[in-house]
Amino acid sequence: MGVGITVERLNAFYGKTQALFDINLNVVANHATALIGPSGCGKSTFIRCLNRMHETIPESRVEGTVRIGDLSVYNGTSATQLRRRVGMVFQKPNPFPTMSIYDNVAAGLKLNGFRNRKQLDEIVEKSLRNSALFEEVKDSLHKKSGASLSGGQQQRLCIARALAVQPEVLLMDEPCSALDPISTGKIEDLIFQLKEQYTIVIVTHNMQQAARVAEFTGFFLLGKMIEFDRTEKVFTKPSDKRTEDYVTGRFG
Amino acid sequence: MSNQALPRPNFSPPAPEQGHRAALKLESTTAPLLQGKVSDVPDALFAWAMRLCGLAVVALLGLIVYELIVGSQLSWHAFGWKFFGLSDWNPVEDQYGALPFIYGTVVSSILALVIAVPLAVGVAVFITEMCPVALRGILSFTTELLAAIPSVIYGLWAIFVLVPIMREYVQPVFAKTLGWTGLFTGPSYGIGMMTAGVILAIMIIPIISSITREVLAVVPQHQREAVLALGSTRWEMIRVGVLRNARAGIVGAVILGLGRALGETMAVTMVIGNRPEIAKSLFAPGYTMASVLANEFSEATGDLYLSALIEIGLALFLVTIVVNTLARLMVWSVTRGHPAKGIA
Amino acid sequence: MNTTSSALAQQIVVPNVGWRRRITDHLMTGVAVLTVVLVLAPLFAIFAYLVYKGIGSINLAFLTQTPKPVGEPGGGMANAIVGTAVILAIASLLGVPFGIGAGVFLAEYGRNRYGDAVRFVADVLNGVPSIVIGIVAYGLVVVRQKHFSALAGGVALAIMMVPTIARTTEQMLLLVPQAIREAAYGLGVSRWRTTLSITLRTATSGIITGAMLAFARVAGETAPLLFTAFGNQFWNRDINQPTAALSLQIFNYAISPFDEWHRQAWAGALVLIVLIVTAVASVRFVVRRGKLAGA
Repeated sequence: MGVGITVERLNAFYGKTQALFDINLNVVANHATALIGPSGCGKSTFIRCLNRMHETIPESRVEGTVRIGDLSVYNGTSATQLRRRVGMVFQKPNPFPTMSIYDNVAAGLKLNGFRNRKQLDEIVEKSLRNSALFEEVKDSLHKKSGASLSGGQQQRLCIARALAVQPEVLLMDEPCSALDPISTGKIEDLIFQLKEQYTIVIVTHNMQQAARVAEFTGFFLLGKMIEFDRTEKVFTKPSDKRTEDYVTGRFG
Repeated sequence: MSNQALPRPNFSPPAPEQGHRAALKLESTTAPLLQGKVSDVPDALFAWAMRLCGLAVVALLGLIVYELIVGSQLSWHAFGWKFFGLSDWNPVEDQYGALPFIYGTVVSSILALVIAVPLAVGVAVFITEMCPVALRGILSFTTELLAAIPSVIYGLWAIFVLVPIMREYVQPVFAKTLGWTGLFTGPSYGIGMMTAGVILAIMIIPIISSITREVLAVVPQHQREAVLALGSTRWEMIRVGVLRNARAGIVGAVILGLGRALGETMAVTMVIGNRPEIAKSLFAPGYTMASVLANEFSEATGDLYLSALIEIGLALFLVTIVVNTLARLMVWSVTRGHPAKGIA
Repeated sequence: MNTTSSALAQQIVVPNVGWRRRITDHLMTGVAVLTVVLVLAPLFAIFAYLVYKGIGSINLAFLTQTPKPVGEPGGGMANAIVGTAVILAIASLLGVPFGIGAGVFLAEYGRNRYGDAVRFVADVLNGVPSIVIGIVAYGLVVVRQKHFSALAGGVALAIMMVPTIARTTEQMLLLVPQAIREAAYGLGVSRWRTTLSITLRTATSGIITGAMLAFARVAGETAPLLFTAFGNQFWNRDINQPTAALSLQIFNYAISPFDEWHRQAWAGALVLIVLIVTAVASVRFVVRRGKLAGA
């Protein structure tokens, strides 16, 4: 089951440049939250702070608190352990090119020492079903490499890979921006289903997508969160003029 | 507040806590599989192991410097700087002057460059600018193949094929036409400085050519087009638009070739005659720093003898480092910003 | 007006490229072709001679017997072939792990000042003449052991392999997209596991190729073995004794005054080239076989 996320006074830096200013928000468990905003506004940086991927960039720094469920992200948990409970899907599908489909999905488990073959088989099949890919690849699980699939299939493979580790939160950083509309539709359907099991945070610059998929939406601008509320309210009756300008297409 | 005239995203948002679309039946999950504490220790250990390997590389250089300096101490104390100015190499009397070897190394290398540079640059220009695209791969592959031949095989071929050719055909021609310069006089045995220069040239052509090709490839296409647009012939375009731009890089390639030539041992040893004398004529036998090491190191009796040889090794080491570093800097200054294919 | 403008037009005609410039252009093309011919000629000549002079002498005796005493015909280079294999094995065991490790350091932990220093040193080491490396191995091993040995030869060649393999490994690792590493981190895989099982795994074929090229380069080296392995006319089962090597044997035979040995030198040279080419080709073949469909 999913858990909620609490963010308090989050500031993030790349070297001397500050990218996020005092972000506060609560992500509700088992719901999808969308983060929208123009390019460079910090939404990707924010989501990467949630699973400490931001740290992999040299000279980066984070201040503030983030709690995922009962876990304090920045205080006392190792990044590796955290990331087993928070899955991530990236903008461009990035399956491991030298591994088969099966090995790709099982990677998160195998690389962390999980060896039970029978259980692995079950989990791989389950994850592939949960990401609506199983029927399409069930005959070539071990034969085809992860990179031989189409773009949309690769992204679903990456989702399956993230799900196999059984996280509680799923972070998605513009997962459909590199995909065609049909694949996008399939993945949006998927997100809708996954909400039952996981808490989903999805970054998107496609406002229609946010509207279709998420119950809550946060609007980012220049590193600050301008507004965070139910999607319906953000799009029809936003409290801030800047949000209004953005959703009506005045800029961005 | 809200401007009704502006379009809004067309949507039907999901209401919280509600709503399924057509069912993918989602299979339920259990508690997170991967339990257990994750320790930071393996990461730290691995990082240090890798750093140790990096350190090993630096340690290697340190080892080389240490061995050479320690080994040459005896000779250094005995002769000082004069070691490099004296030309008397006499192991029997324990008198050691390295000048003949320095002379031999320099002359053979310069001779090699004189022969190799026009050929290597010519090949590079042909492959990058003139050659039909289909041939490009084959030509560059075959020139690289030259680099793969071991030095001793070059030497073998040089002794039995090149030397007779030089002796019977090439050197007499030079003696007849250019003998007045004093460079091509004396008996023509075939074994000597000139043959050494030729075989060295053949060996350094691949590296000069491949670096030059990289450097030429990096010249932006619009430079070529600009010159062509002025109504130039292809050669003029190459001369003005490409070679001029790549000048620094080509010089770097040449110096890299020089670095290679300075250290080349086996092939040179087999054809240079191994006589520690300084002679003006290129027909005469000579001796290079690398060759004397190859020939005499394992036979060296006496500590001073050995130490003198190691001192020659130290000098060779220092010279090649300086030359190679200089060359890389020049090539790097031209290719900077362009992904390099890896300098050999 | 009309006549003036047409007269003007006639005067502004762009002149044709003069015959002199055209001749120069053709000449230079010819010169370039000539250089290619001149450069490739020795290549073909060498290979032709190797085959022509060597093939007749390669027979079972050559490949299985040790050298006969001076003056006696026959005999072979079996001990030299095996000796080369042994020395190369020692060199690879020592050089490849450190080389790859240094390459991993440079690519994953060395994007900083310290990495730059190591990178610079590796490039410097790549330019050190191999005979100087021989001197160093002599001081390190031969002097300590008080005799020549295959071990010393292996150490010398290993010293040559490390910087080469380090740089090629680094380049191959840098080709692995950062997105792949991030995918692994995102799954909660620790950094060392990611580097080993993901990054290195993805770059494996390139790294193997790089190691093979370093191997091929040192396989033909003679200078560093002159006073480390030193050579041996007999079989040698002990890596701590002077050992024969193909390249050494070719050298000694070539500079000897005996026709019989010259003949064998050509044969040995042909064997050496064939071994080098086979080693490189077989690695490429193995690497290609191991790939999945579509990878």
